[in-house]
Amino acid sequence: MASGPREKFDNPTIEWIDSRLPIFTMLNKEYGVFPTPKNFNYFWNFGAIAMFMLITMIVSGIILAMSYTAHVDYAFDSVERIMRDVNSGWLIRYIHMNGASFFFIAVFIHMFRSLYYGSYKQPREILWILGVVIFLLMMATAFMGYVLPWGQMSYWGATVITNLFSAIPFVGESIVTLLWGGFSVDNPTLNRFFALHYLMPFLICAVVFLHVWALHVTGSNNPAGIEPKTKKDTLPFHPYYTMKDTFGLLVFITIYAFFVFYAPDYLGHPDNYIPADPLVTPAHIVPEWYFLPFYAMLRAITFDIGIPFTDITIISAKLGGVITMFGSIALLFVLPWLDTHPIRSARYRPLFKTFLLIFVVNFVFLGYVGSQGADAMVGPIPLSLLGLLATGYYYGFFLAILPWLSKFEKGRDLPPSIHESVLD
Amino acid sequence: MATKTKTPKSNGKKGETRRDFLQLTAGAFGAVGAASVAWPLINSLNPAKDTLALATTEVDLSPLLVGQSITVMWRGKPVFIRRRSEKEIEEARDVDVAALSDKQTDEDRVQKPEWLVLVGICTHLGCVPTGQKSTEPRGEYGGWFCPCHGSHYDTSGRIRKGPAPKNLAVPDYVFTSDTAIKIG
Ligand code: HEM
Ligand code: FES
Repeated sequence: MASGPREKFDNPTIEWIDSRLPIFTMLNKEYGVFPTPKNFNYFWNFGAIAMFMLITMIVSGIILAMSYTAHVDYAFDSVERIMRDVNSGWLIRYIHMNGASFFFIAVFIHMFRSLYYGSYKQPREILWILGVVIFLLMMATAFMGYVLPWGQMSYWGATVITNLFSAIPFVGESIVTLLWGGFSVDNPTLNRFFALHYLMPFLICAVVFLHVWALHVTGSNNPAGIEPKTKKDTLPFHPYYTMKDTFGLLVFITIYAFFVFYAPDYLGHPDNYIPADPLVTPAHIVPEWYFLPFYAMLRAITFDIGIPFTDITIISAKLGGVITMFGSIALLFVLPWLDTHPIRSARYRPLFKTFLLIFVVNFVFLGYVGSQGADAMVGPIPLSLLGLLATGYYYGFFLAILPWLSKFEKGRDLPPSIHESVLD
Repeated sequence: MATKTKTPKSNGKKGETRRDFLQLTAGAFGAVGAASVAWPLINSLNPAKDTLALATTEVDLSPLLVGQSITVMWRGKPVFIRRRSEKEIEEARDVDVAALSDKQTDEDRVQKPEWLVLVGICTHLGCVPTGQKSTEPRGEYGGWFCPCHGSHYDTSGRIRKGPAPKNLAVPDYVFTSDTAIKIG
């Protein structure tokens, strides 16, 4: 990485190491003097916070794994044993359990920041795409983690989600059997989910490394959405942003700790304290809160799509729902080519800003729809119909509104430089 | 490089050299080799031999009275066995098959009209429908009801309303005597 001419360090030990492996030069270049736009707001804290959460999950997870048994007869009891008998086991488990939620909170805010300030735009497309990859890996990791305690929600969540793949024409059933390693979610499934749950966070680390690498090539975006031009526009990362990041992180950890100590089960579902029973489905299956908007999109499609006036179905309701759900994330990958407006920041794009804020409200509403039963009603209107409309807006935002705005939104005048944008 | 190699053209076409041929065959062999290593790794995830070996279940039907149901486990899944009443059989046969979304007559779904044997897994996303006990919700068609996303099944286990695409599956089974079956 940092090869070529190198400045000498005063400390002889550091100099000895650095002249052989220039790791201190690299650290100084990327995290010491690294020129960073000086107008960051607190939205720029969430990358560092997500990084902290990833490390927290890995450390707490590895310790849990030392007392956990991945077998259908013992998994539930081994988690209860962690809670009751293992020293501080309850603390470590609650750190891990709530940590998943707070990891998602950080990443959702981080992603919103990227949307609002146009951080996915040229030249940061690959940086953004790597972020979406991390998000996908996180979802897979959290899903498999939730199966491990082998409660009722673990079991039935795993059943419903793995069954999604049976919607794939022709090969669907074989894929599901392959995922299960049997004829239902059972011991082989639990075992492989544990193996993968252990592995995937390390894959996430690898992609995070690429993500940060890409970031350090293009440099950070900023609230004004214009590139730094002179030295006046930037500050060295240390001490300015190391301090700001640390402060934000401490606030975040305080809220996280509040949940761990005072409301550890608030974000979870009580049914997961009932051991898995393949013969009884809970009356109301819900995924973890961070999956709810996507779950709502899955359930929004309740009709077959076929050739009109015939009996022929091209896409069954089940396949339609699966395509809609996965499509909602696929859209994120192509976002840089859907929104090609030259202005990045929503600050200078009033129309984009309005539609984006509606998008956020709509996304939260989708989450609410996902949390309700399938036959819930709002007065005389079935909630699933509203879910379908909200799904329509989600898709419409990406496929119609953004391309349209790219062409027709005029936008405000951009400030001449970051420095001047801060002054007025 | 390419300009210096004077390898003869392998056929009349322009630009195709012996080197291209070697690269293509090497690539093809590499791909076949990689696939043949990948396959056993992937296939190891399929059901193992001992999992397959547990795949039949025998059930004694004699304790069941008319109108009663039992649930047995087969391959880790619930199997519903219902001893149907005359009324239930009649309801199942009194249906306009052409109007069903998964068209099957009741006759095709049973070996003996009194005994209905079904895999108790909703064909939507795999929940276990309720209705095995007479006190549980049985949906609008008197068979089973899936609480997960609201699928209604009739007294033949056919899907009548809701998101499930197919009728409840009928497993392979044989009557080993008048009052016993072997599933699988
Ligand atoms: C990306 C990072 C990770 C995420 C998002 C994540 C997520 C989760 C979730 C949601 C649960 C279920 C908690 C519950 O309801 O009880 C869980 C459980 C578990 N995880 Fe992780 N995890 C991560 C990393 C790890 C790592 C690196 C390990 C190391 C082996 C690990 C080991 C475990 C174990 C043993 C359990 C079962 C014990 C329990 O349920 O509390 N996790 N994980
Ligand atoms: S799983 Fe039965 S209706 Fe969805």
